Amino acid sequence: MDSRDKVLDKYSSKIYKNRKEHVIEIEGGEPQVIAADTRAIPGIMTNRGCCYAGCKGVVTGPLKDVVNIVHGPIGCSYYTWGTRRNKAKGDENTKDFTQYSFSTDMQETDIVFGGEKKLRQAIKEAVEIFNPECIMISSTCPVGLIGDDIHAVAAESEKLYGIKVLAFSCEGYKGVSQSGGHHIANNGLMKYVIGTGDAEPLKYSINLLGEYNIGGDGWEVERILKRIGYNVVSVMTGDGSYADLKNAHTADLNLVQCHRSINYIAEMMKTKYGMDWIKVNFIGLESIKKSLHDIALYFNDPALIERTEAVIAEELDEIEEGMAYYKSKLEGKKAAVYVGGSRTHHFINLLKYLGVDVILAGYEFGHRDDYEGRDVIPTIKIDADSKNIESITVQPDQEKFKTFHTPERLEELKAAGVPLEKYDGLWADIAEGAIITDDFNHFETEEFLKLLKPDIFFSGIKDKFIVQKSGVPSRQLHSYDYSGPYAGFRGALNFAKDMTMATYTPVWNMIQAPWKSEPTLVGSLGGIE
Amino acid sequence: MLELTPKKVSERSTLRINPIKTCQPVGAMYAALGVHSCMPHSHGSQGCCSFHRMFLTRHFKDPAIASSSSFTEGASVFGGGSNLKTAIKNIFDIYDPEIIAVHTTCLSETIGDDLNGYIQDAKVPEGKLVVHTNTPSYVGSHITGYYNMIAGFIKYLSEASGEKNGKLALFPGFVNPGDMREMKRLMKLMGTEFIMLPDTSGVLDAPMTGSYTMYPKGGTSIPDIRDLGNCELTIGLGELTSEFPADFLEKKCKVPYKTLPLPIGVENTDNFIMALNQFSKNEVPYEIEEERGQLMDILLDSHQYTNNKTVAIFGDPDTVLGMAQITLEMGMIPKYVVTGTPGAAFERKANALFEKFGVEGCVAKQAGDLFELHQWIKNDPVDLLIGGTHGKQVARAEDIPLVRVGFPIIDRYVHSYMPIVGYKGAIRLAELILNALMDRQDRDCDDEDLEMVM
Repeated sequence: MDSRDKVLDKYSSKIYKNRKEHVIEIEGGEPQVIAADTRAIPGIMTNRGCCYAGCKGVVTGPLKDVVNIVHGPIGCSYYTWGTRRNKAKGDENTKDFTQYSFSTDMQETDIVFGGEKKLRQAIKEAVEIFNPECIMISSTCPVGLIGDDIHAVAAESEKLYGIKVLAFSCEGYKGVSQSGGHHIANNGLMKYVIGTGDAEPLKYSINLLGEYNIGGDGWEVERILKRIGYNVVSVMTGDGSYADLKNAHTADLNLVQCHRSINYIAEMMKTKYGMDWIKVNFIGLESIKKSLHDIALYFNDPALIERTEAVIAEELDEIEEGMAYYKSKLEGKKAAVYVGGSRTHHFINLLKYLGVDVILAGYEFGHRDDYEGRDVIPTIKIDADSKNIESITVQPDQEKFKTFHTPERLEELKAAGVPLEKYDGLWADIAEGAIITDDFNHFETEEFLKLLKPDIFFSGIKDKFIVQKSGVPSRQLHSYDYSGPYAGFRGALNFAKDMTMATYTPVWNMIQAPWKSEPTLVGSLGGIE
Repeated sequence: MLELTPKKVSERSTLRINPIKTCQPVGAMYAALGVHSCMPHSHGSQGCCSFHRMFLTRHFKDPAIASSSSFTEGASVFGGGSNLKTAIKNIFDIYDPEIIAVHTTCLSETIGDDLNGYIQDAKVPEGKLVVHTNTPSYVGSHITGYYNMIAGFIKYLSEASGEKNGKLALFPGFVNPGDMREMKRLMKLMGTEFIMLPDTSGVLDAPMTGSYTMYPKGGTSIPDIRDLGNCELTIGLGELTSEFPADFLEKKCKVPYKTLPLPIGVENTDNFIMALNQFSKNEVPYEIEEERGQLMDILLDSHQYTNNKTVAIFGDPDTVLGMAQITLEMGMIPKYVVTGTPGAAFERKANALFEKFGVEGCVAKQAGDLFELHQWIKNDPVDLLIGGTHGKQVARAEDIPLVRVGFPIIDRYVHSYMPIVGYKGAIRLAELILNALMDRQDRDCDDEDLEMVM
């Protein structure tokens, strides 16, 4: 029996039936189908979060000049306060509210009599104290159940105070994971923010989508892009701002880093503004090089191409020696990677470069296209849970629609390997024989750890210490374990250094007490020496 | 840092900014982890469970296990009965705990799920248990959830058999495993037989051995929880946290109770030791006397560095009151004393402390937040901040040292292993406070004033 069967066999028949579609072993030949984006099973210790976590926690929360008021009991706002490491920095022109946690702190009377009045008052107080340009309201579970019309309150407040007020109905119970919340946030930003600015277009301008600036990743990517000569109009949404997002439509090209959380905006902007998007990956040297080449090819300016090569060469030169050293320490190791809905894929290339095989991987909240590639999208069955998440359609904007390339040129670029509106998913880079588990849970984590014995485990805070206590080095790849950046060339070096440190910390050699392996009983028996 | 916080304090009736509390379920989860072989279960959407596990894991740097009913929109409309039934079956099948401790969420409370009924109808394997408590997130705080869960265990399990067991029932308050260990050590030294609920020592400070076990050695045993009903007396430590379960146990099993402040500082620890002394009728052993004497020695030796220093204390109500007590004992002035947890008793008790020590101009506030505390400090600063991690922003903004005490401390290590209760805990607190103040003096003074001996 192979490892997959050994683990699944321990389940009852009902769970087996469900999980066998989510747990697969990569075999060559036929395209592999995986079940994803379906309900978690009650009682199974899933690592997933909720719709609110995806909307406010992931997408809208990092927008620094926005007062994000969480409408609900206190916990939901509290838990998303400074915990995700989406770094942000304000300046004279940009207020930074990310250091604050705002909540309506709903009480029992609000649940009984409705919370709209409270929400109105909270907005009033936020305006009086902070005078923000934009307020975003996020709903939590009870708000949807008691029927507070947060959208009406938002519209009314917008008029009253002359500022932008957006409402997101991202109650935790919606959808099956964080993913629904990403979609809801994407819809809101698309409908009410993007395209409302009137900035002049800049040359070689791009938006960076699905980059949340965890540990400063976005800043590192921006540094490289700016060195080459690109203008970054907006970042969605790490260290991003409402002010920048308004003008996102003026950029020439959208770069999509996290496919799962933001592909909706990329698609809608293509339809509405004619803006092309390409899937990029700024994690891992080969991926960064490919992404930078793709962007340069898109703009096709000889000076830009030359600058791209020069920057790549210089950046590589800076880290080469270090990377070689860490590779010598890590080569041949086996890793498990479980992060997000795109990030597992992003790190595979970097690990490969270091000579590390990914033998166990998966996503918390990925969809089939994140695993299998966007080609399968038309074949994905829409179930009741995904239907509950609104999917909006947009029309071309007569005034703002523009195309950068002719359709023929776009075809040429595609033929040259530029991933225009294309993403091949995790399958493109995962090695043969790897075990993939979608919506991975505690039980499978523990069992596969025992069977596959990876040398290091990359995941999140909830399982970090479970894995570490099993004797396997473990690092968080959601928060980078309070290190980073891991993106870009310098980021790759940081990652290699951290992984080496986690593997070789002297403590690993001391875990077992000496008396566990050596007899300590020395003495006399019945007076006889 | 926090540049957008204006100095001017404005009237705020609704908007909560930078809270000093979180919601009930996480407190319930923490209490349930203090029962041996228990799976805490969050009856709501899975985000709650994930957030709470993250919160606890970040504080303890140890696994915090829990499961969820994983509500979808359908369950939210039709009720979570079938989700809970499925969850209970799956948890026993796969994770095999002795007991599942269910707590509710604002979601399942708002739709009015009948947990009593669901649990009665659930298929529970022979010898296994399911208990529950109601923890609506829109009432009270994590402290409320913590004591509700303790009462939940008592409600389902504790029985008065008619025969007393000669033991003391102890509710430790919302404290770290390190504190629980210290309370147990003191009770053992006093020759007191006891049952403590919950007991997270050995669970959330379990040792690294190289092999993971889902249910580590620690935690109150189920037979002990049953036997709580036969105890002679209950001591509830932390009057605002432990009175509820103590009163509950008295009503259910006729165990009389007394509540005491958390044994933080000299007098509070004295009271705890005296209560143990009265209960066990054993003399206080020299070991404890020695510790107390050492603490006295330290406080006398160092009093010139703490005298009249002003301090702002924030956090959970009983912890804050305890910290107010010890800082007053050290000659400090607890100028601002704030908890996020609602309840008027907090202010009464804090004001009584101010009066007792004759300090003037001190402010106590329940249901407060860090935003307001920061504004007060901007208007009238303090020498020291005491509280959890979230105070680091204010500390940085106003350049005030922060001594980390209480929950949550998510940016430092070791704290959960070390006590703040008992004389030993007071010695540790004295060291933390003195180091913070004296390091600051060393940092801020002119070169010619740098003292080699202090």
